[in-house]
Amino acid sequence: MRAYKVYAIERGTVIDHIPKKKALQVLEILGIDGDDDSIITLGMNMHSEKMGSKDIIKIENKKLTRHELNKIAIIAPNATINIIDEHKVKEKIKVKVPRVIENAIKCGNPKCVTRHQPVITKFYSIDSEEIKFKCHYCEKEFYADEVQLL
Amino acid sequence: MNFKNKDIISIKDFSKEEIIHILETAKKIESRKAKPSLRGKIMGSLFFEPSTRTKLSFESAMKRLGGRVIGFDSAEASSAKKGETIHDTIKMVEIYADVIVIRHPLEGSARVAAEATEKPVINAGDGANQHPTQTLLDLYSIKKTQGRLTGLNVALVGDLKYGRTVHSLLMALSHFNCRIFFVSTESLRIPKTYLDFLASKNISYSEHENPEEIIDKVDVLYATRIQRERFPDEAEYEKVKNAYVIKSSMLSNVRKNLKIMHPLPRVNEIDMSVDKTPYAYYFKQAAMGIPVRQALLCLTLGVLK
Ligand SMILES: [Zn+2]
Repeated sequence: MRAYKVYAIERGTVIDHIPKKKALQVLEILGIDGDDDSIITLGMNMHSEKMGSKDIIKIENKKLTRHELNKIAIIAPNATINIIDEHKVKEKIKVKVPRVIENAIKCGNPKCVTRHQPVITKFYSIDSEEIKFKCHYCEKEFYADEVQLL
Repeated sequence: MNFKNKDIISIKDFSKEEIIHILETAKKIESRKAKPSLRGKIMGSLFFEPSTRTKLSFESAMKRLGGRVIGFDSAEASSAKKGETIHDTIKMVEIYADVIVIRHPLEGSARVAAEATEKPVINAGDGANQHPTQTLLDLYSIKKTQGRLTGLNVALVGDLKYGRTVHSLLMALSHFNCRIFFVSTESLRIPKTYLDFLASKNISYSEHENPEEIIDKVDVLYATRIQRERFPDEAEYEKVKNAYVIKSSMLSNVRKNLKIMHPLPRVNEIDMSVDKTPYAYYFKQAAMGIPVRQALLCLTLGVLK
């Protein structure tokens, strides 16, 4: 029996295992607003054996760059990317939270120097029970769900 | 260990061995076992916000070793008012100075400064973030008065939630297996991340609301200022600020070696009646800023190794 009610696609990218209610944010990171010709299918609060419930995104006719994948990892550290061609999974990529993230996260500390001066932001991912992001400059730490993206 | 051209930005950047080396260098300078000269060296002193205490300590440290100081002591006097970035200010100052000391209200500003130049940069306070020379002089004071840093009972009293000095001192003390007593009101408790950190390093601690519960058990009592601006209303501030006043009447059964410390300026956290007791160390503690800052200047300038 099929687990998802989202229809299969011929060619494109399926982003699976997104934490629930985060799919819209993932689209935002990818800069997908429906303005180009790609067809986007969104599944929110889908059943998942591993996660209880999860979100899933299918994007037709679009390939993602490594940089975009890493940005997804910031809010969806367990996401898997399936590259689909001719209805088959051609490649399965597990996103990996990079140890150093440059120019992607906006520091949540209003007194941080990066909010006031032309400084490229730099964060370190800290792998404790839950992934946290630490600002290289003000040294404040943020949980993934607190992170704002540039 | 090579400190030449190294930046002093955050206490977290330093290993236990590096911290010990800085303190030992300070001790050699203070005891005149080492007599370094900073003649011909220029310290750029960039105070984007006023901090008389820190500025005077750095200037005195530099000048007593024969060095010179240039710089400014407010944002108004710098080009920051005209919109110059920290990066560009540093690019200008590095032409004129051999070592740069920066105080700036934005958090992370010292790191930005350090990345703009090859010259050593010393953080003299970046907002609520770090003030590593204060932490090092606190450690130096503890070592000097107790003869050691390991295995001490240390009480941290006052604003444990926002207090930058307390957080940095705690990180530094975590290298030395001290027993920590936190004393604060419920509203100013030490953040959980620090307690988790101590637990991960197997450091024992306890939390208290009254300094009298623990004052007889500790070797060092470190009091901090409770800042008015942390409180939404005046009444709550008045209540909290009077909850932790250390008075001489509390000192009848304390350990002989107890030293009471405070980063200064104090408001009323320590009653003046304590000043003349042998336990008061806060004024001498401020004086320890000189050998510690001299050590850092000599090490980063490569005058001492
Ligand atoms: Zn920051």
